[in-house]
Amino acid sequence: MSENDGSTVTAVAEPGRAADARGRTRILVVDDDAALAEMLSIVLRNEGFEPVWCANGDKALATFHEARPDLVLLDLMLPGRDGVDVCKDLRAESGVPIIMLTAKSDTIDVVNGLEAGADDYVAKPFKAKELVARIRTRLRRTPEDAEVETLRIGDLVISVDGHSVKRNGQPIALTPLEFDLLLALARRPWQVFSREVLLEQVWGYRHAADTRLVNVHVQRLRSKIEKDPEHPEIVITVRGIGYKAGEASS
Amino acid sequence: MTDGLEPLIDPLQPQRRWWRLPVDAWQRSLPLRVVSTTFIASVVVMVLGGILLMQQAAIGVLNAKDQAANGQANFAVRTAQSKLDALNIDSDTNINDTLAGILTDISDKSGSTGGYYVIVESQLGIQKSSNDISESSVPENLREWVQSRHNDTRLWKAPTEVRTLSGQNVPGEAFGTVLQVPGTEGYQVYVIFPMEQEAETLRSLQRAVVITGAVLIFLLTFIAGLVARQVVSPIRAARRAAERLASGNLEDRMTVRGKDDLARLALSMNYMASELQKQITQLEELSRVQQRFVTDVSHELRTPLTTVRMAAEMLYEAREDFDPVASRSAELLQVELDRFESLLSDLLEISRFDAGAAVLAPAETDINQLVERVVGGTASLADSSDTEIRIHSPGPISAEIDSRRIERVLRNLLVNAIEHGESRPIDILLASDDHAVAIAVRDHGVGFEAAQAKQVFHRFWRADPSRERRIGGTGLGLSISMEDTRLHGGWLNAWGRPGRGAQFRVTLPRRAGDILEQSPLPLVPRDLISPLPLSGTDEAGSPSSPDDRFDRGSDGGGSTDAFAADSAARPDADRPDTEQADAERSDHAEHGSRIHDHDLAGTTAGNDPQDPR
Repeated sequence: MSENDGSTVTAVAEPGRAADARGRTRILVVDDDAALAEMLSIVLRNEGFEPVWCANGDKALATFHEARPDLVLLDLMLPGRDGVDVCKDLRAESGVPIIMLTAKSDTIDVVNGLEAGADDYVAKPFKAKELVARIRTRLRRTPEDAEVETLRIGDLVISVDGHSVKRNGQPIALTPLEFDLLLALARRPWQVFSREVLLEQVWGYRHAADTRLVNVHVQRLRSKIEKDPEHPEIVITVRGIGYKAGEASS
Repeated sequence: MTDGLEPLIDPLQPQRRWWRLPVDAWQRSLPLRVVSTTFIASVVVMVLGGILLMQQAAIGVLNAKDQAANGQANFAVRTAQSKLDALNIDSDTNINDTLAGILTDISDKSGSTGGYYVIVESQLGIQKSSNDISESSVPENLREWVQSRHNDTRLWKAPTEVRTLSGQNVPGEAFGTVLQVPGTEGYQVYVIFPMEQEAETLRSLQRAVVITGAVLIFLLTFIAGLVARQVVSPIRAARRAAERLASGNLEDRMTVRGKDDLARLALSMNYMASELQKQITQLEELSRVQQRFVTDVSHELRTPLTTVRMAAEMLYEAREDFDPVASRSAELLQVELDRFESLLSDLLEISRFDAGAAVLAPAETDINQLVERVVGGTASLADSSDTEIRIHSPGPISAEIDSRRIERVLRNLLVNAIEHGESRPIDILLASDDHAVAIAVRDHGVGFEAAQAKQVFHRFWRADPSRERRIGGTGLGLSISMEDTRLHGGWLNAWGRPGRGAQFRVTLPRRAGDILEQSPLPLVPRDLISPLPLSGTDEAGSPSSPDDRFDRGSDGGGSTDAFAADSAARPDADRPDTEQADAERSDHAEHGSRIHDHDLAGTTAGNDPQDPR
């Protein structure tokens, strides 16, 4: 792992869009297992990404600041600061996509990670292709059909091109995933989306996956865009089916 | 004292008819039993004692009276005789006066109370000491006795009923003899003693005995009740404590009062409870540690496994650049890693069941959709082994199940059927009734010995270790299926015969938590019970005729009652033997009605559905 030590990081840590300048997408791997991290680096480099490694939860935030990655792969079990806390730290200052790596997919850890702001998770042992597919889905920008410039949902105005959501002219900060989720609902305000459909459209899962992903992120989205998250008006639950967008009010 | 205040804690007790109620109470309540036994016993004792007492008293009282009467009668008769002897009987004219005088004399000897009457009978008529007495008071047998012995001066005695003209009849005693009067046949004299007082005494005594007896019986019963209650209430408290303990309140203890046996019972109960609590806590702790350990191990294994897996993928993708040996090694590594991974996840799943950590998440599920999903999921496997899968559904079926688990069960059964089905069609049968749904997976492959119907669910069990494994399950699939089914309160049964294929049947209650009583599908495949198409719901135009299904017909429709011993005795069962097959076919027809019995027998041998566990 000598090639992605401090010198490499500082070399690209220029302000602005360093990754674009180099033409490669930078991925921060936070994992204490050196072998796995190295293997991940090989796989990621093979797929055209530029991996940066951090082995310790305490240093994760500092490394993030230096490297300014486009995506973070985060192991939940870390020495030093716990993965869930690191996730909260990152989310507090950035909307960067975070994918958790976890060995315990059926425990409360996953929900904790998702609630802390992780966009998605991959359960160990995973296949390289599976991981890369998850990474690509999260890095994918807005779907191509940008025919519509702005969308209205409730009292929100969504600018599709500008990736922004405004209420009464005031921008609301959403992570890319939350934006995608809101956009998916807003594009078809007449349709009720089941969790499975949302998993496919927003997370890119072809087969049945963990519906907790949808539940947790809808809660997170509501906490940002709803006036009263207890009585949502924009993302409405349709009992027994899924979710739908609220009526455009203005 | 009855058990009326005690709630019926036995929920299994069915509704009884009214006449059963006292019997039930008797059987259920120890105090009632003690009280009624005491009551009956004391009644018997009191009655016997009373009778004895009365007899003794009567003998005592009457004896005294008898002796006194004897003396008085003797004296009176002798007095009369001596007076008669002293008379000079010349003229018959005054004999009556004389007699009257004698009568007055001898009856005067006693007081008015406790006195006696004298009656003298002769040819001249009847003289009585009192007009009050009726001559019918003399018992007839005494009179005959005395009349027939008119020379005998001995005094005879007989009990009698003293009849007075005033209408009161009292028991008494009559003495009689003949007074010798010269020139006559003699006068019969009867001395009658009414025993009114004695009878009165005995009556009073009897009343006293009866009243005392009744009071005693009541008191005894009451005391027995008190004692029974005293003994039973701590026992009941112990029972309640044991019940609370059994229902999981390990903290509950009995109150200990005093130092008697019952207090010691309470002490022992409490000791037992604390020991149990200790053991259970220890076991719980152990199970927690165990579960924790398994989880940790799995976590520790998963990280290096991920690395190995990705490395293997890299090697596998680059295998074309390697020499043949390295290339094949990379392939093997890749394939075996898949197996290792599924083995690891199966082990984890089993350990979760063992630790009791598996939780059911039931939801109303469309069974048809579920089956179609599973069949869709195994389509590529079925295609690769050239197996046709046919679903026979009677229509919409739904049940409250944990679809993830039941999907896994069906996938396991279906993969199993494809692996052992020898590319013959596989039938999936669905059925339901009001309480249960059943899904059966029937293959027409190699089958297994009837005796192995239970073993197939054992962990890592292999039907035939020498057989080539094409799909390569972990050996835990059926065990996990069994656990998944049990978690639903359902049954998973296997039926198989060598060469005639196998059928695995899952039966699940329609409502989560219901108790299964029977399965809507027989365990023995229907195509063996009747060689007709499976049912009216068989898809129309299905290319398979019954004959296709029995393409190994020579032994396919064979004797269904061939059980383990029978099958074992025919090691060449797989090789069709026309003659034997014909014999078996007639056997089959003949024993057609017995197949249902074997269905039950097979079920019991399969997985003991009477005990759904």
